[in-house]
Amino acid sequence: MAGNREFFYRRLHSLLGVIPVGLFLVQHLVVNHFATKGEEAFNDAAHFMESLPFRIFLELFIIFLPLLFHAIYGLYIAFTAKNNTVKYSFFRNWMFMLQRVTGVITLIFVVWHVWETRIAAAFGAEVNYQMMENIFENPWMIAFYIVGVISAIFHFANGLWSFFVSWGITVTPRSQLISTYATLGIFIALSIVGIRAIFAFV
Amino acid sequence: MQETQAKTVTFIVSRQDSPDATPYQEEFKLEYRPNMNVISALMEIRRNPVNSKGESTTPINWDMNCLEEVCGACSMVINGKPRQSCTALVDQLEQPIRLEPMRTFPVVRDLQVDRSRMFDSLKKVKAWIPIDGTYDLGPGPRMPEKKRQWAYELSKCMTCGVCLEACPNVNSKSDFIGPAPLSQVRLFNAHPTGEMNKAERLEQIMGDGGLANCGNSQNCVQSCPKGIPLTTSIAALNRDTTFQSFKSFFGSDTV
Ligand code: HEM
Ligand code: SF4
Ligand code: FES
Repeated sequence: MAGNREFFYRRLHSLLGVIPVGLFLVQHLVVNHFATKGEEAFNDAAHFMESLPFRIFLELFIIFLPLLFHAIYGLYIAFTAKNNTVKYSFFRNWMFMLQRVTGVITLIFVVWHVWETRIAAAFGAEVNYQMMENIFENPWMIAFYIVGVISAIFHFANGLWSFFVSWGITVTPRSQLISTYATLGIFIALSIVGIRAIFAFV
Repeated sequence: MQETQAKTVTFIVSRQDSPDATPYQEEFKLEYRPNMNVISALMEIRRNPVNSKGESTTPINWDMNCLEEVCGACSMVINGKPRQSCTALVDQLEQPIRLEPMRTFPVVRDLQVDRSRMFDSLKKVKAWIPIDGTYDLGPGPRMPEKKRQWAYELSKCMTCGVCLEACPNVNSKSDFIGPAPLSQVRLFNAHPTGEMNKAERLEQIMGDGGLANCGNSQNCVQSCPKGIPLTTSIAALNRDTTFQSFKSFFGSDTV
């Protein structure tokens, strides 16, 4: 194993991006979507999530630690690439570049978002519909959240495409093409869910 | 009717006197001849090394060998695209024609680069079929014709370096061996005799600078002059190494 450290880290990075971090992202977007059903529906859903047993362990092992590893190793990966979309403007090369750019944007967004919500909650603030409504009183925050949410969703959807390649699931060009369409569909569907949730608080 | 004024071709060549020297550009104007290619133009400049300002200069250095796009030695960046200069026809190129070395590799001089890292990678991944022994090993198993035809496509690689030049993950910050030697692993693992060293080759590309460095930009497959399905090879090896890692971790036959 010693000689295969890089291989192991890369595969772990890829796996964690989907399981659990990617699944958490989908779950989070779905729960937030309750906001479109009104204040009470959102608060109930959020409260249900908050009252899950062993909450701190769930957060630590399903969200925080996997995300931390993925983000740190992801930054290392992102900054070892020398992007060349100007010279080689192929579709996949653009996706490659965007995967790295959206990773960095997502990181900035997530840090801010966690600070504003989960850390604030740790200091006694209540995370509810009201809190999000207050945040979105600032139109710049709406813009920031839209960019952050779309980046995270793009990064997840396109990451799913590359996950299928990294593990040798989609090998033929045809399966990779179909995977492009499928993950594009996931990107659009989740984007609708995410944006609808944001505007439910506005 | 012949035109009275001769048609000319303009080249802007990136030059560099030694591996560490600062590159500079030099312009050359040549008389047009039908069917000329980049190499014949470079030969013309070598015959009469005078730049477009009329100053005499040193002849340009470049590599070449087969002159029919099978050796890969003459690769350089022509109008921004890495390709073989022996098959780059002047008639099909926009002018001025810009020539640069493939800077992913150490530049020896002018357009000549040192591709040793590729040959070192081929040694590392054992890109051959061991048939030598202390006694006659016999003819070995046969390969089905259909598979031979498929393998022939992979065997067309001429180690030209274009795919490494196009890859965003092959650069001075990474030690990624690049797509070409990876695809060769798939080729030699597919051979009935070469298959005997399959695990060894897979373990090698699971090491540092190996397969996992690929980030799927897929520039390689778009750029390879031989149309080698590099990204299919990489994905297939991803599958093989997935199984290989399970085998060696959980301990069924590791060889
Ligand atoms: C927080 C900062 C993040 C950074 C800096 C980051 C960075 C990266 C980078 C550079 C890659 C490309 C790896 C490669 O192609 O080899 C990647 C892949 C991936 N990321 Fe992230 N990421 C971050 C967050 C996330 C989040 C929040 C998710 C989930 C929603 C995620 C899911 C994925 C997936 C699924 C892959 C594909 C893995 C593969 O190629 O097999 N990432 N990430
Ligand atoms: S795979 Fe294609 S581009 Fe890469 S070295 Fe071989 S022939 Fe050149
Ligand atoms: S000289 Fe051999 S490929 Fe051009």
